[in-house]
Amino acid sequence: MKKNIKIAIASGKGGTGKTFISTNLFNALQKAGEKVSLVDCDAEEPNDREFIAGDFQHSFDVVQKVPVIDEAKCTYCGKCNDYCNYNAIFFLGEQRMIRVLEDHCHGCGACSVACEYDAISEKDDLLGTVANYNVMDSSLLIEARMKVGVHSPVPTIKAAIKSASESEIVLLDSPPGTSCPFIQTVATADYIVLVTEPTPFGLSDLIQSVETLKSLGKRCGVIVNRAGLGNDEVFEYLQQEKIPLVMSVPFDKNIASIYSKGLLVTNEDAEWDQKFNQLYTTILENYGNSSN
Amino acid sequence: MEIAVISGKGGTGKSSISAAFATMQPNVVLADCDVDAANLYLLFHPTHEKEETFVSGFKAVIDKDQCTNCGLCVSYCRFDAIDEIEEEVLINETSCDGCKLCSRICPSQAISMVQEDDSRMYSGSFRNGKMVYGRLSPGEENSGRLVDIVRDEAKRVANANQFETIIIDGPPGIGCPVISSITGVNKVVIVTEPTLSGLHDLKRTIEVTSKFKLTTSVIINKFDLNTDMATQIEAYCNSLNIHVIAKLPFDRVVVDAMINCKSVIEYAPDSEISKKIMEGYQKINN
Repeated sequence: MKKNIKIAIASGKGGTGKTFISTNLFNALQKAGEKVSLVDCDAEEPNDREFIAGDFQHSFDVVQKVPVIDEAKCTYCGKCNDYCNYNAIFFLGEQRMIRVLEDHCHGCGACSVACEYDAISEKDDLLGTVANYNVMDSSLLIEARMKVGVHSPVPTIKAAIKSASESEIVLLDSPPGTSCPFIQTVATADYIVLVTEPTPFGLSDLIQSVETLKSLGKRCGVIVNRAGLGNDEVFEYLQQEKIPLVMSVPFDKNIASIYSKGLLVTNEDAEWDQKFNQLYTTILENYGNSSN
Repeated sequence: MEIAVISGKGGTGKSSISAAFATMQPNVVLADCDVDAANLYLLFHPTHEKEETFVSGFKAVIDKDQCTNCGLCVSYCRFDAIDEIEEEVLINETSCDGCKLCSRICPSQAISMVQEDDSRMYSGSFRNGKMVYGRLSPGEENSGRLVDIVRDEAKRVANANQFETIIIDGPPGIGCPVISSITGVNKVVIVTEPTLSGLHDLKRTIEVTSKFKLTTSVIINKFDLNTDMATQIEAYCNSLNIHVIAKLPFDRVVVDAMINCKSVIEYAPDSEISKKIMEGYQKINN
């Protein structure tokens, strides 16, 4: 069987069940003896750890460099302000006033390059943390957690994904949407599983995700969650677009109740454990076919 | 009066509740600020009376004829967006943050910046008032700034038509677009669900609304899927003096309403859930 695969679990719409799929797939594979890492890339609202108990191993801070201006050396020439593409330097030349707006800074370093008077040094600004938890012997949960109030989760997500590269199977629980955080996550994946629900909102966001993945040249399969609720349009769309339906999860109050308590259906119900193992096989088959 | 409906966790029913709020009384301005996955236009089919292009950022593009492959830009880029592969310098569009530093330092002037301008703001009318929404082109960023533009337009439209109520449907999460959706509003309603994830995300979301000192209330949606967890969430809110203004039961009628392109208030005004949403809405204003 093929090894070394990175699978992203994503969805345009929030709350369709990415975390449900990611944590149960991880659990099923881990129990089957695979060496697997799950990266919780939803750095704004990481939740995987509520479902997976692991032993804390280590963590590291994700920082960016923000400028510190030494006003004793500053000549108020304004070149740093010209170089800054993020409006992160507040500058009034005539009043000889200059301030760094750290919330706006992206840490690109352009101002330091701009300054000809050695007036700009840099300090670390905390953006988030990446924590590793050992699960049983050989598996790993990696959690990206953005600091509250930071403008973008992207640097923390990138750092978490980078730290996972050693594992044979890497699962990425992606943030919702199709903007930057989503792209950063799926761009590194070999195969993407889009989780949707059979409602007009679900379908609309699915179409946007599929179009985005097409433009990135990425292949995907779809899981329809809460099937039975809503209508059949999503299934018609998949047929029409020839996108494989890799799994369908019925709307079931029992599954919802297990999830709500922070439990895993793959532990509570042997039939679902088998279904998630089957899901992995289906993904590998589709991935194998698409790369031929 | 601006009321923002948000939820840390996605899929809790935020948009369905925003749609209900926007159809309880006439002359409402509805601002769909979930610019990453705008959905309310599917229910309300607003007219497009105004359309604006939104420049979300810039991307660096390299002119291979000018490039001498000196590699200077590679060493300056802090976003790992430039690689030298087989003696050829390549820019990874996905990683490029648009800071322009490479373009400034290139000794051969081989790098230029191109605008990303596929995102839009739309403003128009729907059956119950005015509607403004933004659509961020996939992969683009600065969604917070697009949210600002949507909200500015919503305020302009409200003033021009003397409409008093603006309902903001916010994005999920706690990042920049969420902060843009709630800064300066009169009331924030957080929609949560009775799951461990719901509670966890609610805590992080309340952290954000408290940071901005906003009057916050909570709706627990689908509370009967786990009544113990719903009780726990209610107790947590009470301990912070945050009012739980409604506990809504799980009801398929919400999905049926959506399939029929209606809000639940329009589709099933006499249902229990509609009554509870209306009662909850009254409590926000008290």
